[in-house]
This record gives sequence, C-alpha cells and structure tokens, in this order.
Amino acid sequence: MTDLTLGSNILTVDDGAPALKVRGYWATVAHRLRYDYVTLFFALVIVLIVLAAICAPLLAPFDPLKTSMVYRLKPIGFRNFLLGTDELGRDMLSRLIYGGRMSLLMGLVPVVTATVLGGMLGVIAGFLGGRVNMLIMRTVDIFYAFPSVLLAVAISGTMGGGMANGLIALTLVFIPPLCRVAETATTQVRNLDFVEAARASGAPTASIVLHHVLGNVLAPVFIYASSLISVAILLAAGLSFLGLGVEPPTPDWGLMLSTLRQAIYVQPYVCALPGLAIFITSLSFNLVSDGLRQAMDVRI
Amino acid sequence: MWAYTARRILYAVPIAIGVTVICFGLVYLAPGDPVSMLLPPDASQADIEFLKKLYGFDQPIPVQYFKWLMRAASGDLGTSLQTSRPVLAEVSRALSNTVIISLGAVMLAFSLAFVLGTTAAYYVGRPIDRIVTGISVVGVSVPNYWLGIVLIIVFSVELGVLPATGMGSNGSDDFTLASWSQVKYAILPTITLSMVPLGIIMRSTRAAVAEVLAHDFVQTLRAKGLSELAVLRHAVRNALPQILAVMGLQFGYLVGGSILIETIFTWPGTGFLLSKAILTRDIPVLQGAILILALCFVATNLVVDLLQTAVDPRIKRA
Repeated sequence: MTDLTLGSNILTVDDGAPALKVRGYWATVAHRLRYDYVTLFFALVIVLIVLAAICAPLLAPFDPLKTSMVYRLKPIGFRNFLLGTDELGRDMLSRLIYGGRMSLLMGLVPVVTATVLGGMLGVIAGFLGGRVNMLIMRTVDIFYAFPSVLLAVAISGTMGGGMANGLIALTLVFIPPLCRVAETATTQVRNLDFVEAARASGAPTASIVLHHVLGNVLAPVFIYASSLISVAILLAAGLSFLGLGVEPPTPDWGLMLSTLRQAIYVQPYVCALPGLAIFITSLSFNLVSDGLRQAMDVRI
Repeated sequence: MWAYTARRILYAVPIAIGVTVICFGLVYLAPGDPVSMLLPPDASQADIEFLKKLYGFDQPIPVQYFKWLMRAASGDLGTSLQTSRPVLAEVSRALSNTVIISLGAVMLAFSLAFVLGTTAAYYVGRPIDRIVTGISVVGVSVPNYWLGIVLIIVFSVELGVLPATGMGSNGSDDFTLASWSQVKYAILPTITLSMVPLGIIMRSTRAAVAEVLAHDFVQTLRAKGLSELAVLRHAVRNALPQILAVMGLQFGYLVGGSILIETIFTWPGTGFLLSKAILTRDIPVLQGAILILALCFVATNLVVDLLQTAVDPRIKRA
C-alpha cells in the first residue's frame, strides 16, 4: 500500500517535470491571441458591427429610406428617434445600421479582390523572376507614384460616380502594394533550400508553387491585407463623401456625413454620428490587424 | 554617392513617363467620346472637328499620346471647361495654397510626434508608451474628413473662435502668414491634415529610437557616465535621418491627398480644385491636376531619398 503510493508519487513527479508542450504554428497564434484582450475586444466590436449590418432589417427601428418633412433634423433622443433624424427626416439609427452594410462591403470587397489579384501577380513575378518580374514590378512602381487617395479619386473621378466604379477604383489602388508584398515574400522563399530540393526531386512547378511557395507567402500577404481593410473603409467613405461612391438615397456612412455636413449649425451632434461609426469601425480593424500581426509573427 | 544620385534620378524618369501614360489614359476611362469630354456640351460641330484635328484624335493612340506629352511638356495642359482658363495656371495657383497647409501640417505633426515618439521609445512598455501608441493608432484610424467636421463643430459652431471655411476675404491673393486675420483660416485645415502624419511619424520615431537604444554603444555611453539626456541625444541623432525621411514622404502624401480636407474647409488648393472638377466633370482640369500632383509626389520621393543618402552616410545604396 505504502509502496504503491510512493511509486505513484514518484511517477507523478516524473510526469509533472516541465514537459515541453510543442504547439503548432496556428495553436501558438491562437494561444497568443487568447491573452491579447485589446485585440479580442475590438474583434468583438467588429463581429457586432458585421452582425448589425447583416441583421439590419431586424434591428432597425424604422425604414432607413422613409422621409418625413415634419421630423427633419431632430436632436438625439427625440421621441422614438434614438439618434435623431437627418436632413430629410429619416431615422439616423436605422440609417447607421443599414449604412454599415455599404461601408463593410466597400471596405472588404476591394481588399479581398486585390489580395487575390495582387497576390497572384506578386507570386508570378517573384517565382518567374527575370523579365516577367521586371515588367510587373516596374508597372507596380508607377502606381506607387500616386498617393492612394489621389489614385482612387483619379480613377473613379473620371469613370464617374457609382458603387461599381468605386469598387474598381479601390481594388486598383490596393493591387500594387499587395503585389509588392507577395513578390518580396515569394522571392525570399524561392531561393530557399527546400524549394531547390523539391525542384531537384522532380516536382512540377505548379506543385512547388502550390505546396511550398504559397504556404509561406500567404501569412505576410494576409497580415498586410488585414491592415488595408481600415484604409479601404476610410477611402471608400471618402469617395462617397465626394459623391463618387454609393449613390443617394442608399444609406452609407460616407454619404451621410457628406449630406449632413450642411446641417452642422442645426444639429452638430447628429451630423457627427456617421463619422463616429466610420472611426470606430476603422479603429477596430486597425487594432485587430495589429494584434494579428503580433500573434502571427514567428520571430517573437 | 554621385553614382547613386545619377542612378536614382534616372530611375525616376521611367516612373514619371509611366505617370504621364496613366494620366493620358484617364480621358479614355471616362465614359463617352474623349473629344466631347474636352469640350463644353454646347460646342458646335465645327469646334469638335477642329479639336479632333488639333489634338490628333483621328490618329493612332501612341501618336496621340506623344502629341499630348509634347503639349504637356510645353506647359499646355488644356483649358478648363468651367473657367476657360489654362489648366496649368489654375493648378499652379491652387498648388501653393495646398503647400501652405501641407507644410504646416507636416511640421506640426513632426514636432509633436518627435517628442512623443522619443518619450515612448525611452519608456518602452510603460504607461506613457501605451498612451503614445494609442494616439498613433487613433491618428491613422480617424477619418480625417470627419475630424475636420468635428473641429468645425467645436471651434466654429460652439466656441465661434475660428472660421469654418474659406481662405479669408482676399482669397489666396496676397495670403501672408503674418496677419492673424488670414492665418486663422489655415489653422483648422492644418490641424486636421496633421492627424495621419502625426500617427505615422510617431510610430516610426518610436520604432527608430527604440531600435537605436537597444544597440551596444548605448550601453557604452551609459558606462562612461553620460547623463540619460545625453544618451537620448545620441540615440535621437542616429534615428533622425530615418524619421526625417518618413516626414518627407508624408508631406508628399499630404500634397497629393488633401482633397477631402480641402473640400470640407473649401480651402482653395489642388484638392478643392479636383473635387470641383469631379462635380462639374471638368476632365481637362482633373487630368492636369492629377498629372501635376503625381509628378510632385515622384519629385518629393526623389528628393527625400537623395537627402537621406546625403545626410546619413551609413546608408549604402545598392
């Protein structure tokens, strides 16, 4: 009896010795994120904004398009209008909830499209090298000669307003930087020994790219793309603000800010609301992207 | 050094040419016939034919581009559809106004960011560092066009101490920084414009100074008994070229990207000119302004790069 206990005691001591728990890459990332409360909090904010946008018809107390001549520009908390009304008497809260749809769409779609297109171009340029690289990367350099706001305004300004043109303009703005990130990562990976080994063992180019290169390129591209979402949201709202993005009467934060600007002497606080929504969204995406970058950085 | 300078300038040439190609192509992006874009809607058929001949729209596109480039190089960027004045004159008048607030903004951002960023780097991980990092995230996340409106609400609507829009009764003619009655119009646009560079310069200052402070020679400085302030001065001097380069690039971004801020404050700069041109579909002005702004941006990048190499001999450019 005593022996047994002793034996099991020794056993437990042995087992309890600082066992090295080896985590995989993604487990490490998840572990780091679990204790990053700032990132978690703002990720929750993003989830709430996305949910509100998706469930807009259920959440919005009023029809976001219903105008009313009587209830124009009412202050925050006026009767049933929790956040007041806009210059056409439409309920601000409902418009803000619906407006999130456009802002998220205009922020996410260009970044996703540009990640795919720019990433592909970058991998092609980086992997093939030589003249192809030269051609693609020098073209990218030219687009770098335009500050992003100017490029977006140039493209959608000449093509004319409208959401589709805005989306095209923003996508074109984000392709060059993403292409550059993908190209840098691919060039680095391409010269590593294991790619050489794969080639020596007769692996076809396609499978080298798919299995060996892409896996190493995705992380930096993904991290960079996530940092662009906040830029995209700011730019998209900016385009709408200039009358180049979403067209009225569709509720959109940038457009609401623009039309309400005329009313800052009447209802200053109501006018500031759409911008606050843009700010909170962009801040959340920025902080989550920072958190992801830190969690996914292997060098830490 | 000279070899690098020559190479760097040569490298900027194809980029500048690429910029002209894109700006030339903008007219073709616009829906409709490029000729009708360049003329007012009530232009007669004879006018259209005349312009078609003049600009060579009946010729192949490469020839058209070349003709356009030659005209642009000689300073002829076309005529504004709205004001019937030469585009070049309109843009250069506006450009000086944009430079006023951009320069002010970048200097304001730099002085604040430099002090705060250095402090944060010195106290890495401490509360002051967290606050500074927080400010820089806010700086890059805040929609500055919204911040402009908020500042107008606070300082013009509520407090009534600063003018909301415009550039004073005389407009941009004889604008001087010496008289308060004119300078007060520039204050809110400058502050608004400084937010993004503030965040970015602060972040790079913190990173650069912290990196230098981690070097071994800092340990040596301390070991030989230098005061902490003297140590910090050494660190800052090492980090400064990098920070100044970031500042220079931010200036370039501001000049090219001030369209939203100038629209809000109706500040008569290139951005405001652009936004008017968009509203009225004044394609010649749009094209000319974008061309000049992009070329300015290329030139700024070039100057910053060359200055950085000149100031910091440690940088060995390949």
